[in-house]
Order: sequence, then C-alpha cells, then structure tokens
Amino acid sequence: MNDKNIMESHMGTTAIKISARDVQVYYGDNHAIKDVSIDIEDKTVTAFIGPSGCGKSTFLRCLNRMNDTIDICKVTGSIRIDDEDIYDRRVDPVQLRAKVGMVFQKPNPFPKSIYDNVAYGPRIHGLAQNKADLDDIVERALRRGAIWNEVKDRLQSPGIGLSGGQQQRLCIARAVATEPEVLLMDEPCSALDPIATAQVEELIDELRQSFSVVIVTHSMQQAARVSQKTAFFHLGNMVEYGETGQIFTTPQDPRTESYITGRIG
Amino acid sequence: MTDAIQKPEKKKSSLLQLDARTRTRNAAEKRFKAYGMIAIAFGLLMLSILVFNIVTRGAGAYQQTFIALEVELLAGKLDKKGNRDLDDIKKVSTFGYTPLLSNALEAKVIELGIETDLKAKKMVGILSKSAAAQVRDYVLNNPNKIGETIGFEFLASSRVDGYLKGRVSRDSIGNDKNISPAQLDLVDALKAEGCLAKRFNMSFITGSDASDARPEAAGMGTSMIGSFFMMLVVLVLALPIGVAASIYLEEFAPKNWITDIIEVNISNLAAVPSIVFGILGLAVFINYMHLPNSAPLVGGLVLTLMTLPTIIISTRASLKAVPPSIRDAALGVGASKMQSVFHHVLPLAAPGILTGTIIGLAQALGETAPLLLIGMVGFIASNPPDSIATGLLSPNSAMPAQIYEWAKRADPAFYERAWGGIIILLVFLVTMNTIAVILRRRFERRW
Repeated sequence: MNDKNIMESHMGTTAIKISARDVQVYYGDNHAIKDVSIDIEDKTVTAFIGPSGCGKSTFLRCLNRMNDTIDICKVTGSIRIDDEDIYDRRVDPVQLRAKVGMVFQKPNPFPKSIYDNVAYGPRIHGLAQNKADLDDIVERALRRGAIWNEVKDRLQSPGIGLSGGQQQRLCIARAVATEPEVLLMDEPCSALDPIATAQVEELIDELRQSFSVVIVTHSMQQAARVSQKTAFFHLGNMVEYGETGQIFTTPQDPRTESYITGRIG
Repeated sequence: MTDAIQKPEKKKSSLLQLDARTRTRNAAEKRFKAYGMIAIAFGLLMLSILVFNIVTRGAGAYQQTFIALEVELLAGKLDKKGNRDLDDIKKVSTFGYTPLLSNALEAKVIELGIETDLKAKKMVGILSKSAAAQVRDYVLNNPNKIGETIGFEFLASSRVDGYLKGRVSRDSIGNDKNISPAQLDLVDALKAEGCLAKRFNMSFITGSDASDARPEAAGMGTSMIGSFFMMLVVLVLALPIGVAASIYLEEFAPKNWITDIIEVNISNLAAVPSIVFGILGLAVFINYMHLPNSAPLVGGLVLTLMTLPTIIISTRASLKAVPPSIRDAALGVGASKMQSVFHHVLPLAAPGILTGTIIGLAQALGETAPLLLIGMVGFIASNPPDSIATGLLSPNSAMPAQIYEWAKRADPAFYERAWGGIIILLVFLVTMNTIAVILRRRFERRW
C-alpha cells in the first residue's frame, strides 16, 4: 500500500448522506451483519473492503433494500438517507431504488438494445416528456458512463454484444440515467480485465462529482486508488472506518492491519 | 505398521502396454456402449415397424374406388308436378333416386356391351349407399338441371373398394350378402373399360363420419374440426391461466407450506390419469353445470384441466431459467416487481412457455380417455359446423376418438380408415412438436 495517491486524495468536509445505526442482518438463523453503524458522506467514494463472506455486499444491499427480494433476510436497526428512515413502513423500495442506483458484480445489461438499456429507467420513472428528451437523457447518461464515443453509432445494437468492460460501463450509464443520489457498486470490476478496470475506476472518480458512491471491492489497491473513505468488514462486523489513507497506512485495529498486510482473508 | 507387512516391489510398467485394470475398465466401457447401441437399435426398429405398419395399412384410406356414370335426372320421378318447386322436390327421398342409378348403370353396361346376368336392381349394389344421397343433394342444389343427363362420380361400395385393394376376394365373400361373385365380374368388366378406378380420396380428409353400412363415405374432417375447437378452448383458457398461475407462484408468492403444498399438488396433477379428468368433467361440466353433451366446449374444458399442470410446470421451469441478474438489474434501476417480471423476465421465458404450451396442446390433441366420459366418443355424424358457437356447442367428435370409434367397428373397411386417421393425427403431432423445437431454437438467447 505504498501508493502515493492515497496521501494525495483530498477529503473535503461534506454532508452526511447515509447514516446507519446498529444494523443487524439475519439470513434465517445466520447473523450476517452485526451492529454496523456508519456515516457515509455525500460526494465521496466510500469503499467497503474485507475478506469473502464478511458481509460487505450484504450491507451494501441493505442500502437500497435489495435484500427485500430474499425471503429469509431480516434487517433491523436504522438506515437513514437524508435523515429519512429507508426501512420505514411508508417507504416503497421502488422509489428508494430510483434514488439509490446500483451496479452489480457481473455486467448485466438487459437483452435489449444499448439505447433501451439506458432508456428503461427514465421511461418507467417518467423522466422524459418526449422522444427528444429521452434521447438527451440517454446521451447524457452514456457520456457520464464514459461509453458514448464507443456506442454512439450503434445505439440500436444489442447491449449483450459489447465487451465486458463496455457492458459494465453501460450498466453504470443505466444506473446514472435515473439521476440517483447514491450509487452503490458491488465489486464492479471483478469480472473485468485490467484495462477495463482502469477505465471504470477513472469513471468512478468522475462520478464522485455528482453522487455519493459506495463501492464494495476485493482489491485493496482498488480501494486505495478510488476511495476517500474506507470501511473494513470482518466476520459481519465493521472493524474500522476512516480516511482511506489512514486505514492503509496506520490502521488502528490489529485485524485491519493483518488483512491489508495479507495475513487474513 | 508391523514389519510383517512388506511393501510389494513396484514393477516397472510401460505406457505402451495396457495393464489388467485398464483392460477391464475398457472392456466394461465397451460393453456399456454396446448395451446402449442395442437399446437404441431396438427402439429404432420398433419405431420403423410402427411407422411401416401405420403407413401400409393407412395409405388405403386415402385411395377410394369411384365409378363414373351419366345419370339422367328424370323429371317424371323427381318432380312429378313439374313446377320445379323445391319443397315438392324435397319430398322425393333417396329411395326415389335409386331407380335413376340402376337405369344409369344398366345403360352403361349395355353401352359397353358387358355380358352379365345381373338385374339392374342388383347392379346398384356395387355403388355406395351414399350415391343416391349424392344425386339428391345435387338436384336440390340445381333444380333447373332436372330432365338433363349429368355425369357423376360415385363411390363404389366398400366391398368393391376392398376387392380392388385386395382386401376382399372371391373366396372371402362366400357368406357375404352385400356382394356376389357376379357383381365382382361386373366390377372387373367396368374396370377394364376404365369407368371404375381407384383415385385419391379427398373426402376422407374433409368428410364426416358415416354409418356402419357405408364405410367408404367416412372421413376425418368433422372430427378434425372438433379437435380444432377443443384446442382453441384449451389454448384460450390454459395458456393465460397457466402462465398467470406460474408467474404468481414463481415470482410473487411467499415461500411457505401453503405454496409448497400447491407445488406438490401441481406436480401430482400432471401425473393423474386422464380418465380422472374425464370423470371430473362429467360431474362438474355436464351433471352440475348442464353444459351440452359431446360438445367440443366441454371437451376443451376437460382437456384444459389436464393441460394446466403441464403448462404451469414448463412455465415455472422457464421462469426459473431466467438468470437472477436480470431481475436484479431491473430492480436496481427502480422497476417494480411486476415491471421487472413483465418487461424483462417474461420475454426471456416466452420461448420456453410457448414450447411447453405446444407440447401440452399436442398431448391434449391425442387424448381419448377423458372424451369417453363426456360423450365425444361414439357415432357422431354431424356436419361441419357453420359458426363458432355451433362449433363449440353442437355434438362433435375428436380425431383420436374418431379413430377409436372406427377401430372398434366390425367392418374391416373401417380398420383401414382408423389407420388412415392415425396418419393424420401423427402428422398434426409431429408438426406441433416440430414447431416447438423450431421456436426453442429460434428464440434461444444468450445472456
């Protein structure tokens, strides 16, 4: 972790976007997340790192209630976005997910055209008044996904036909098309080659201007490169949370140190 | 670990020589392959025997013996009052037409100079009993032709037809009252003159069933229409109900003991003997709801019950096969559960659903047992229906029921038609299954 960039990534003082308190997650009898409390800042990239099965993806999926789709999953505690409890009975997860977009581990474009992939979200949320509006939204999203130049001539060809890295950027474009406020990324680069990874990481850094980005990653180098804040998860506990530079250079907890030096995980 | 156990000295082995163990393994593999090939060869042999049998026995039904005659439509017999009033003409029954036929046949025999001891009345025996009705139908449709001489092609009686096809011989008719050797002599003579010949019989495919006395006139057409209306009912009911039920069970229903019980029951229903569905249909649709007997609507309802489990099982399987990442993607951009199902999952599952539906329909098309109980098996000589309502509600048979009906009649002429009917049924089934395979191939997607 001798990357010089760590020290250079600057942290502005920003507002708290997501605030979680005493979050517990159970899969049936399995206590997957224990007592996690964390404040995630706006316009910041927050990385969740930790060994496999430590609960970082589970916790990420709590933030847009994707865990609701799993019958046996039970979440307690409070998660507030902009000071509103997202597990309140009045909250419709559909509305929440429009506000908290998500990019998945494996690129999962719909088996439709590139255009329709991006336009789907805005269409179902009624963001466009007419075709021209929608064209604008699609172009803007694809530009923000840093993929516009590669696909602008073949918007009607299937999204499946793109390369893995392009597919993932298409998925990012699809996620930002609905103008979310938070973007969750679940190991977005684990299925990509190093060049595509570099492109996506660059993109994540740009997205920070507009969103609060939460990224789960297996790669500590990646966390160091893209994030300003890092949380280390181990066996369902959040062990340590702090500035990325501090976590990687002077970890407070011995478990964090063991993990980043490669002794556990 | 005692010293008594001595480590056997390892022999130097060559890769170029098979050791005993490898040889046994290879032998076992060869034996297994041989068993497999024998099994498949046996299956193929049986299949080819079946197909050969069906085709050789059934092909006869598509050929029929016709006799060409010029019939003088005597005004004195058909329209005694001479006013060409259709109501008066209708009063003359088919019996009134028979003399015209015997006159025509006699005239033909004299014209061709055929020697025969038969009286004209006996000669008519070589014509089908449907011949008189054929002339009468013609006259009722064209009353202005009365008095003219019109050329007709009449079906020969089933015995004559069997004689030409080799089914009936002079030896075999010793006790047969329907045909005599003298009549066969006449047939031979007419055949030599070219006015009696076998040719392709379209009316077997388009016609309706005929009574025991005239197997030569029986056809599959009306029962095909009956089957068509039943399939229509099955498609209209089973597809939406089945797909809706599977979507609900697969995507929306909570996983608990109630849905578990439902799931087990659906799997069991798929294995319930079809006659049970027939009894259910008899009890519910006919005895309780008082829907008409023998109606394709009832048959369709019964077959719907039978097809539903098949459709539900195959639909659920194809819904399950849609990768969860697609659902995640849809939910991730804020689609509701229903939007994710209808916009993304269902289109991907559609080819599988269609294939399952077609296979379910093909199964229902070939089903006979439930039709026994709701009165669709039996002699139902109805005319082709003139509207959708009569098609659904008036008594009709179905293809497999028609085949069964023919197979159990005494006259060997009907056997031939049963085999011929099987050919039509198989053509339908093979076509439907081929469509299912093509659909699956065509729409198979990578994701």
